[in-house]
Amino acid sequence: MTMIELQNISKWYGKFQVLKDCSTQIAKGEVVVVCGPSGSGKSTLIKCVNGLEPIQKGTLIVNGQSVSDPQTSLPQLRAKIGMVFQHFELFPHMSVTANLNLAQIYVLGRSQDEATEKSRSLLQRVGMIDHAEKFPGQLSGGQQQRVAIARGLAMDPIAMLFDEPTSALDPEMINEVLDVMVELAQEGMTMMCVTHEMEFARKVAHRVIFMDEGEIVEDTTKDDFFGTPRSERAQHFLSKILHH
Amino acid sequence: MFSDLDFDVIQRSLPYLGKGMLFSLGLTLLAMLGGIVLGTLLALMRLSSFRILRLPASGYVNLLRSTPLILVIFWFYFLVPIAVKYFSGNSYAQGIGPFHSALIAFTLFEAAYYCEIIRAGIQSVPAGQSQAAFALGLTYPQAMVKVVLPQAFRNMIPILLTQGIILFQDTSLVYVVGLTDFMGAASKIAQRDGRLVEMYLFAALIYFILCFSTSYCVKRLQSRISPPR
Repeated sequence: MTMIELQNISKWYGKFQVLKDCSTQIAKGEVVVVCGPSGSGKSTLIKCVNGLEPIQKGTLIVNGQSVSDPQTSLPQLRAKIGMVFQHFELFPHMSVTANLNLAQIYVLGRSQDEATEKSRSLLQRVGMIDHAEKFPGQLSGGQQQRVAIARGLAMDPIAMLFDEPTSALDPEMINEVLDVMVELAQEGMTMMCVTHEMEFARKVAHRVIFMDEGEIVEDTTKDDFFGTPRSERAQHFLSKILHH
Repeated sequence: MFSDLDFDVIQRSLPYLGKGMLFSLGLTLLAMLGGIVLGTLLALMRLSSFRILRLPASGYVNLLRSTPLILVIFWFYFLVPIAVKYFSGNSYAQGIGPFHSALIAFTLFEAAYYCEIIRAGIQSVPAGQSQAAFALGLTYPQAMVKVVLPQAFRNMIPILLTQGIILFQDTSLVYVVGLTDFMGAASKIAQRDGRLVEMYLFAALIYFILCFSTSYCVKRLQSRISPPR
């Protein structure tokens, strides 16, 4: 079953075309890694999926609903898709638990108690239960990102989007976040991850999408991508970020 | 010339001056409250992606910010009754009285300034915060009320209070429509008893003490509010 489908997506910032005719699809339970040089449009592409960035051309269907259709309620659609950002974006004026509870209460209509129970079980899962009453500013980057993942999961999402979840982290904190993501992937969560962590891609990805200059240059299985990427640009990219 | 100063006049008129001070403080607080509420709405309008909301708000703010406060007070005191008479066709229609017209004038005038402060405050909250709120499924009003505005106001508290101190000083202008605020009370006693020097020195001292100590507290507060991240 197709969960996310992109059909010929194009997007412009003024005259500059950031996305050029991008098409792909992600099936339920599939883990897809999106990589490519900086400025290639990866983050823009992933933000289009839940309508944070509007598209100018093409069709984007998530769980059977068109994202750009004015009839579609974006808040309701977004509530079903978790998103994790490069800079965590926890709400600094709220405790960790309140961060997780907020949308459960105001979007899903859960009671305070139900929400807190759910939040605590997720904090347990990402190893942050001891920090439940702290504020984001008191946590390390890796801890904040684990809380951010738990916040996304608290909405019982049908898919999770990750926008460079480890690139703002100090090296020693990257693994604690990747471990949570690997676990999630192994449990069968549908995931679209923009990341440069090729080890993560090797371990859990089903497919790899390689983007350059707003185009999807390569969209293949993980084994093909790491074995014999067809395009020269992907080969060049891989040679630069691997074996160093 | 200072030999015949009589500072007893202050003590004798303290109750009257106190009533004036309460009036000044009340007017300041009401106009501040109204100005912040209206200013927040104007700021949201100015930041809207819809021209139809943005244009009137920026027109309003630019007009009010280019107009002297005393003129706005006069508008509401002298011109509004004329307009009411004209539009209602009732030549006996009354104005809304000096207090209400002053309160409306101050609120509307301050709203223009608060709007700009609040707009800057909202823009100081990183765009990622509202994106994260939207990504969780919050609607625009929910994202504003729960996520963006609390952070914006927290950043803005010192400058909002500073604007309040300026407003407190400006309320002394209400004497032009015959209201008795602290300045008006001091002025009336000064002229009745011929004690201009004593009363105006005293008024200056009180304004200085109040405004300076509040400014000092705001400064302390500002250094205590640590940046949220």
